[in-house]
Amino acid sequence: MTTKFTPDHEYIRVDGETGTVGITNYAQEQLGDIVFVELPAIGKVLKKGDEAAVVESVKAASEIYAPVSGEVIAVNDALSAEPGKLNTDPEDGGWIFKLKIADAAEIDALLDDAGYADLTK
Amino acid sequence: MAEAQIADLKQTPLFERHQAAGGRIVPFGGYALPVQYPTGIMTEHKWTREQAGLFDVSHMGPSFLVLNNPTGVADADHAAIAAIIEPLICGDIAGLKPGQVRYTLLLNAQGGIIDDLMVARSPNTPGGLYIVVNAGTKDNDFALIEAAAGDKARLIRADGDHALLALQGPEAVNVIANEIPKAADLGFMNYGAFSWGQDTVFVARSGYTGEDGFEILVHKHDALALWDALLTDTRVKPVGLGARDSLRLEAGLPLYGHDLNDTVSPIEADLGFAVSKRRREAADFPGAERILAERDGQLTRKRVALIVDGAPAREGADILDTDGNIVGVVTSGGFAPSLGKAIALGFVPPALAVPGTKLQVSVRGRAQAAETVTAPFVPHRYFRKSA
Repeated sequence: MTTKFTPDHEYIRVDGETGTVGITNYAQEQLGDIVFVELPAIGKVLKKGDEAAVVESVKAASEIYAPVSGEVIAVNDALSAEPGKLNTDPEDGGWIFKLKIADAAEIDALLDDAGYADLTK
Repeated sequence: MAEAQIADLKQTPLFERHQAAGGRIVPFGGYALPVQYPTGIMTEHKWTREQAGLFDVSHMGPSFLVLNNPTGVADADHAAIAAIIEPLICGDIAGLKPGQVRYTLLLNAQGGIIDDLMVARSPNTPGGLYIVVNAGTKDNDFALIEAAAGDKARLIRADGDHALLALQGPEAVNVIANEIPKAADLGFMNYGAFSWGQDTVFVARSGYTGEDGFEILVHKHDALALWDALLTDTRVKPVGLGARDSLRLEAGLPLYGHDLNDTVSPIEADLGFAVSKRRREAADFPGAERILAERDGQLTRKRVALIVDGAPAREGADILDTDGNIVGVVTSGGFAPSLGKAIALGFVPPALAVPGTKLQVSVRGRAQAAETVTAPFVPHRYFRKSA
């Protein structure tokens, strides 16, 4: 499994054809206390860069974009009851949705660990 | 936030403390101020409701208006200074007792709100008023007041060489009792001058969180020492602008530049209480004709408090009736940490402003259920002296 990152602070954990998408620890620190998450509909077909979900902190709403193209095959319903999981466990229990990846080449174009670490230095 | 952008902003006398405490510094009204500290808005908000939060509100516009030629006769001098400010506002200033603070509104000729402000009668300087205006409007406000003062009075700004601290929450009175003991005896909406450090501090028992609390004007030479002294009390934590906003929203209090602007009248804004009885009867304030007609029911929009189902409805979101017709707009909205749900303030036609009216709000194109409620969302806990 590899994890890749967007410059907008989404991560995608790739396991074969499935990508699990969420926001990075850096992103949740920037957003502060998250109080509401709007999840995408299962079955929705997203193009890379499409708005996929919305994460709301006390202060503001932030759009979460699809890191790559694909179809939404699962969403993390636990976030509806417990949006704070995005603050406490963003890169594991706080995942947002899973995609069936349409084009593996798009994954290669994303940032790797070192590239993302550079961005958030 | 880029260093260059922050460097362009004005700093309050407490800036180094915010940085040292890990405050996330943002631009606000031309100043570099902390939106939150590392514990976050939710924790800071709840701490203020349960203990005491300490806020830096030095960006606001504290000032003193004093007669140039006082006679020394307290009542005559107060009448003279009140006569200068009253033509700009709808509040009864002449009727203030020494040390009394009043929330009032600066109005334009059309009855629109230029700013909301606090005006207090000095307890010991005849012909002196203490006035605090909002940060974003202060230059214009001060120019209006100076023009009205002419050569009769002078306005002394205290927003550069002073810091303004707000200590808010149920423990605020116990904290201040240790630090500025006599200030703990102030009644709600009263202020006084007290000795602290090498200087005098001006303390008002007021605030904008819905909690009991104090606002303290201190010279910049003593500001860091007072900030530190208040924070030695374990009941006090520093709180940023983020929680200040969520606290005032829960308290149902309107914010200038969002819920209030120069087209909105006091009656539309549900601030009719700020139009004092004597001024109403004399109809001698700016925009009196419109405001009195609105008070008699000729009103097209009214500020309401809404509980929102689901995602927070933010400023600018449309308010819809149950048929989906646009009937108004949200002017402040967010998440209420004390309630665990979304709340908003907005404007709708008066018939829809009745508490219990079912409405909807449009969030990202989706209609969500909302209901008008009686403000405040969280009950005020201002200190009331028993008789």
